[in-house]
Formats: sequence, structure tokens, C-alpha cells
Amino acid sequence: MPHDPTERRVVVTGPPRRARRGPGFHRPRTEIDEQTTLGHTYVRSLMRSQLRAALAVFAVLVLLVAPLPLVFAAMPDGAGLEWAVLGFGVYPPLVLLARRHVRRAERNEQDLVRLVEDR
Amino acid sequence: MNDTYAVPAVALVVVATVFVGAFGLRISRTTSDFYVASRTVGPRLNAAAISGEYLSAASFLGIAGLVLVQGPDMLWYPVGYTAGYLVLLLFVAAPLRRSGAYTLPDFAEARLASKTVRRLAGAFVVGVGWLYLLPQLQGAGLTLNVLTDAPEWVGGVIVAVVVSATVAAGGMRSITFVQAFQYWLKLTALLVPALFLVLAWQGDGAPRHAFDEPARFREQRVVRVDESLDLKLASPLTVTASGTIDGRRYEDRRVDLPTGTHRVEQGTRLTFTKGDTVPVADRGSNGGMSTSLAAGREERPLYATYGLILATFLGTMGLPHVVVRFYTSPHGVAARRTTVVVLGLIGAFYLLPPLYGALGRLYAPELTLTGDADAAVLLLPDRMIGGLGGDLLGALVAGGAFAAFLSTASGLTMAVAGVLTQDVLPSRGVRHFRLGTVLAMAVPLAASVLVGGLPVADAVGLAFAVSASSFCPLLVLGIWWRRLTPPGAAAGMLVGGGSALLAVAATMAGFPGTGALHALLAWPALWSVPLGFLTMVLVSLATPGKVPAETASILARFHLPEELVGGQSRAASKEIELWRR
Repeated sequence: MPHDPTERRVVVTGPPRRARRGPGFHRPRTEIDEQTTLGHTYVRSLMRSQLRAALAVFAVLVLLVAPLPLVFAAMPDGAGLEWAVLGFGVYPPLVLLARRHVRRAERNEQDLVRLVEDR
Repeated sequence: MNDTYAVPAVALVVVATVFVGAFGLRISRTTSDFYVASRTVGPRLNAAAISGEYLSAASFLGIAGLVLVQGPDMLWYPVGYTAGYLVLLLFVAAPLRRSGAYTLPDFAEARLASKTVRRLAGAFVVGVGWLYLLPQLQGAGLTLNVLTDAPEWVGGVIVAVVVSATVAAGGMRSITFVQAFQYWLKLTALLVPALFLVLAWQGDGAPRHAFDEPARFREQRVVRVDESLDLKLASPLTVTASGTIDGRRYEDRRVDLPTGTHRVEQGTRLTFTKGDTVPVADRGSNGGMSTSLAAGREERPLYATYGLILATFLGTMGLPHVVVRFYTSPHGVAARRTTVVVLGLIGAFYLLPPLYGALGRLYAPELTLTGDADAAVLLLPDRMIGGLGGDLLGALVAGGAFAAFLSTASGLTMAVAGVLTQDVLPSRGVRHFRLGTVLAMAVPLAASVLVGGLPVADAVGLAFAVSASSFCPLLVLGIWWRRLTPPGAAAGMLVGGGSALLAVAATMAGFPGTGALHALLAWPALWSVPLGFLTMVLVSLATPGKVPAETASILARFHLPEELVGGQSRAASKEIELWRR
């Protein structure tokens, strides 16, 4: 990746291969940094809990949305209901699901941080 | 339509956009400022910017027009546009931010360490971006055409010039301000007239038959058919006609039309009486945002609805201008919260277009015949309120519509220019970014002038379907699956995205006219998304030796909170603590 050496700052497009460490950096996170078996276990368990959280909300979304076209088609007088549900009714659940998921995901992350730092 | 106020309103939006952009220029100094606004954009500002960027011509004008013409089934469009952000939040938002990728090609390279996959992703970004820019430019042309009778290309050229100048001059920072400003402008421009329209509707005795199927005329109405069309009548109809129907000339005569299809020639005037059913016009693809792949929809409405749902729910995460925005969040936690705010903001906005669609069915049902259904939002204030008030509200709506074209076009140009600068043009830096900007805008502008009447909803739908079949598998598997390999990712993107692209291209070109095959090609997402995922998984499993060596540490960086990885966001953990209390 050629770049002009006289330019004071350049764009870093790729990810830094090594994470930068601030001056007040402590050591208790070595397991994760150095990719030991224990570090792997931490990452895997975090990924699993985050994926489980995401899939749970996704399942709710699918259950909420997937039957709707069938319901509208099956009901003889579905147009009014369709206006009400699609024009207004679906938006609040979407935002609520999102809020719930953010809380859950952040809790998962904080649990891991506490686990690593309190050891 | 009276343009005394509308033209100054559009001019004001354009000038304000340039002004806000210039304000950004003064604090945008270095190359990294240019690209990522130095990652100092807070969740609220960023969310308003994402929303401002996302609400395009299709949202502002197209949805009301679609609902007016095709009924409440079209409300799945705004629902899908919103729910796409929920899916993005669930699977992509925080890890994507932590990947440090600025564009989708960056993500592909960071995850798979492969130049080939990077280039392939870049090609899809540019393709999807150009497909999505085209309708913005055409929408601008249509709006100016409706307002002032200017030729269709004028609006597109204005948007192209303003956007290129703003993006090239100010880069991302100015775009963040511009986009946030334009979200509020767009919301105001639809909300204020909507309040007055609802008052007018109540003053009119609050007629409720907007939800009736089919729509009916509520008063005598003369309709001039601007383009020849086929009327489909489900029951016999009597109209007063001046012009040519089914090859016979009529001069102001009552005509009895039996059930069936009737050819109405250009320039014919039809006078409908109160209570007449609004007939369905079948005009194939005529270039309006509201004409969709309607034939496929009639044959397989349920299949089409599910295809639309899948494409919009999964396609949002792969839109190039959406992904770029997440890089401006300071950390993964902020990226997630930003997405929640975005859901609220665009959800609130999408309450309005259906209202215009419903009122349009009541007060301007003849727009389905004239081919100007996209203009419903622009015409309703004049139609329902009239006088000076109607003109002023119409001007506000017109300004908002232009804000929609400008903001979405800015974001897309920014994303496409970023890819062109990094992967196509030889060296980096501000000057090349400017060159990339011009290039990013020139191609779709040329296409919109040359191609002219490409159906806009199809172009947007195609962009979503292609994105859902190529980038959704790449992002989801790249973030959650350890065994993804570069050959698998490349094959999945090519097979999924490529087949979706070919399918819709074939439909647009008029290949097989009817039947199940037609529906399958017109709404590809339902088979092309699983195909993309399956190919990616199978080819990856077949090439286990090619799993990138650093996969474990890369995935750790994607998922671990920043405080465990390094310095950059000690602040993040404090923020989390404050927020949780």
C-alpha cells in the first residue's frame, strides 16, 4: 500500500494487527491477548452467549412477522387490519426488541469483563 | 401545480445543504478527518445522520405512491426498511464496528486476508451503490418535472452537482452534519403538512373509505391519460370519454366499457362520476417509482410478499452507505445504541408516508391512471387545502423531497467514492478522494440521462436483493462462523449476489413473460439468499485448509468489548456503567 511519506497523517484502512495499549493498561487480560486456551474459552463463550441472544430476538421477529402475510390473505376483510398493523402496529415492537437486545448484549460483555478482571 | 413557493423552497434546501457542508469544511483538515470524522460522532447525531441518509426518494415519495396504486400490501416496504436495522443490530452492528472496517471490502479483507475477496466485495459495493443512486437522480428529475415542467434530466444534474461538490469538499464530517440536518428537515416536511391534511380530512367529515378495496372516486373527476395504458376492469364501467379507447375515437361521449382489458390511448380524457370504482392501470414499466414488477405480484402475491420481506430484512445490512456510517461510532457499544436510536427515528418517519398514501386514495385516486402516483405527496396539500396555505405546505414537501434525494445520494456517493479511491485509483489522499467522488457520481448520472425510464422501485428492490444475497452471508458468516474460507466467501458472493443480479436483469429485459418462473426471477431473494449462504458454507467446508491463520484472534477482536482489547475505549466501559444504573 503505497503512501506519500510527507503526509502527516494517513488513512489506516485495514485493521490494526495488534491492538494499541493505552498508558494505564493492566495485565490481567493476558489470557485473552495471548490466545491461550483460556482466552479462547472466554471468546468462545462470549460469542456463544451473544449469538444465542441474537437468535432469540431473531426468532421472536420471525414469529411476529412470518405469519402476517398469511393472516392478511386468509382474512376475508384483512385490509383494515393490514393498514393498522403494517402502518403503525409493528414499529413499537421492533424498537422494544432492539432495546432489549442491546441491554442483553451489553450485560453479556460486562459479565465477561468482570470475570476477567476479578480473577 | 403552483410553483411560486415550491421552487424557492427547493433552492433553499440546496443552498442550506451547501452551506452546512461548507461549515463542515472548515473543521475538516486531515485525511482521516475526511474519512471518519475522527470517530467523534456521538450516537444521537450519528443516528440522525444514518436516518437522514437512509430515507431516500423511495421512502419520501415512492411509498405513498405505491400504497396509492397497489394498496396496503406495499406497506411491507417501510416495515422491511425498518426491520432491516433490527437484523443488522442483532448480528452485525457491534462486531462490524470493532472490526475497524470502513467499507465492506475492508471488512472482507480484515476477516479473510484475501485481496481477491476484497476486490469482489468492492465490485458489488460499486454495483449496488450505482443501482441505488440511479433512482435518486431520477426521483429528483421527476420532482422538478412535476413542479416546474423542467425536462426530466435537470433535477438529476442539480442533485449530482451539489452532492459531488459537498462530498468532495467536506468529506464525512460535513456529511454527518448535512445528513442529521436533513433527517429533521424531512420529518418536518412530511409531519407539518400531514397535520394540516388530517385537519382538512376531519373538516371534510372524516370519510373512512380510504381502506376500502378497490378505491372509489368520491366526486366527479376528469382524468387526462398522459401515457397510453391498458385499463383492467373487474366490472362494467360507464365513463364520459374524449379521445381514443380500443382504437375508436370518442368526442365527449358516454361510453359503456364491459369487463375486461381496454386500451386507452395517450391524451384521452376520461370523466368519472362519483362512486365509480377506480380502475387498475397496467402499463408495464413506465419509469415511475410506483410501478413495480406488478405482473409477478399479481400472479404470486404471497411469494412476492415473502420475497420482499426477505430482501429488505436481510439486505439493509449490506447497503454500502449504511455500513460506512458504523465506522463513525467511537466503539461497538455506541454502534449498538446508535442502531436503536435509528430504529426509533426511521420508525417514526415511516408512520407518515402511509398516511399520505391513504389520503391519496381518498382525494387523488386518479393518479393511478395518469402515471404520476409518485407525485401524490407533492400534490395532496394543493388538492386538499388549496390557496396560499396549500401552496406553502406544498413548497415544504417539495423541499423535503429534495432533501431526500440530496442526503441519500451523498451517502451513496461517499461509499462508492471510498471504494473507488482505495481499490481502483492508484494512490490515496484527499485529491484522489475528490476524483473518486466525481467518478462515483458520473456513471449513474450518465445512466439516468441515457436510460431514462428504468422502473425506480425495481432498481431499489434489485439493490436490496443483491445486497441480501451477497453481503448478508458474508457479514453474518464472517462474524459468527470460524470455518469461513476466502474461496467460500468469494463463491458465495458470486453465486448468491450474481444470480440475484442476473434474475432481476432478466426480468427487466422482459425474459419469460408469465408463470412461476417469472415470479421466481422477479423476486429472487427467496431462493438467492439461501443459495448464497449454502454456497458459502459448502465451499468453505470443502476447503478447510484455507481457513485464515489469524481467524481466532480476528474473531476475538470482533466480539470482545474494547476495554479488554486495548486503550481506545476505556471511556466506553464507564459509559456502560453510567447507563446501566
